[in-house]
Amino acid sequence: MADLRFTKDHEWIRLEGDVATVGITDHAQTALGDVVFVDLPEAGREVSAGEAIAVVESVKAASDVYAPVAGRIVESNAALAENPALINSSPTGEGWFFRLQGVDAAAVAALMDEAAYAAFLETVA
Amino acid sequence: MAEPGGESLLETPLAALHRGLGGRMVPFAGYAMPVQYPAGIMAEHLHCRSAAALFDVSHMGQAELVGAGGTADAAKALELLTPADVQGLKPGRQRYGLLTTMAGGIFDDFMVANLGDRLFLVVNASRKAEDFALIEAALPAGVALRPLPDRALLALQGPQAVAAIATLAPGIAALPFMGIGTFDIAGTPAIVSRSGYTGEDGVEMSVPADRAESFARALLALAGVAPAGLGARDSLRLEAGLCLYGNDIDETTSPVEANLVWTIGKRRRTEWNFPGAERVREELDGGAKRLRVGIRPEGRQPARAHTEVQAGGTPIGEVTSGGFGPSVNGPVAMGYVAREHAADGTPLELMVRGKPIPARVAPLPFTPHRYAR
Repeated sequence: MADLRFTKDHEWIRLEGDVATVGITDHAQTALGDVVFVDLPEAGREVSAGEAIAVVESVKAASDVYAPVAGRIVESNAALAENPALINSSPTGEGWFFRLQGVDAAAVAALMDEAAYAAFLETVA
Repeated sequence: MAEPGGESLLETPLAALHRGLGGRMVPFAGYAMPVQYPAGIMAEHLHCRSAAALFDVSHMGQAELVGAGGTADAAKALELLTPADVQGLKPGRQRYGLLTTMAGGIFDDFMVANLGDRLFLVVNASRKAEDFALIEAALPAGVALRPLPDRALLALQGPQAVAAIATLAPGIAALPFMGIGTFDIAGTPAIVSRSGYTGEDGVEMSVPADRAESFARALLALAGVAPAGLGARDSLRLEAGLCLYGNDIDETTSPVEANLVWTIGKRRRTEWNFPGAERVREELDGGAKRLRVGIRPEGRQPARAHTEVQAGGTPIGEVTSGGFGPSVNGPVAMGYVAREHAADGTPLELMVRGKPIPARVAPLPFTPHRYAR
């Protein structure tokens, strides 16, 4: 399985072949608390890096989710509509948000790796 | 998330206990308070509805009002600031009321109890300095306000709350709803009222600050009792249809608009001698322009405070509290709408991030109150 890369907005992205899967980090789901609703982007939409394209709502707050890199939405995680708590229980697994195609592999590689993200979390703690 | 002055947050006497329990501390009304513990808001909320939850509400303002000639003098003095019937409050009884402004707005909401030899007040943390100054300034000679900054306040709420506390002080089980008395609980002298702000049966307990931590630990050791933070307190009170000062009521909202006319004493509605009586009277006679109502969004998406409310594309109000109701298992909100749109079942649209979400006016509370009767 390919390595995860991370953004300062606490998204993770995993590029496998030409499809990148995106979700929010364990740190993000812990900070949000119990997730009760997600608003996901529709397939076919072209998104740019840093664009707010999804919303995650916990009991206490709403938070935007950004596209880590540019690309075209090919799928959103339909399971989250029924069971948004997957984001809490499995943030980097079953709790993924959406998949992108046509992404620039170099743009993904330029994001933080796990060690860099862990160091970044130290600075925001 | 940080608020101005975040470095100089006050702490309650239970701050060390909260941290020890893994509480996530956030700024609230100038205090560092636990928004949740590791169980999370959802679990803490549901535990309160099914068993018993312990809340630290020590940030709230407590005070005594003492009259040289007895509580009658103190009650008469307090009525200068509130439309509540304080003079009619019998010893051993507590009542919810509003402090009103001359313009008919709500200065604060509060609890007042008659302890026999004095009145006991509990006011909001965010308003306590203003409230105490307002009361001090209005008091006649012979009546004194004594703030009680050295007391903690804990709320034990839920269907198992009274049975749990009664294992330490059996007399509490005999308190009626909105009854109050002093009890010795595990060696701690406590002022205990059968009241709260969750819609559940339960008690609020005022204890000396230096006894608060050992007292709280004794309560947490009781069967069925778990700690709950401000997050659960907020979702519980919202489902119960109870107002949060600063969100649902403030100096711009009147008691009539807020649907809190029931807090105005019957005698006070013949005397009309409270601050803002003119506006209240006009609105009771002619109808308020807007009313606080419950709102149920369709689907799962919550609508938060300040969400614009529309009817047929026209703005007619605003959400003042909104979120997800764990017991309702869906989004719930309250807010103000123009009176002609305030009837139960009226269709509304909530403008969430630019998109209209269909919703309906819904009766409050969202979850039935289960107070002791």
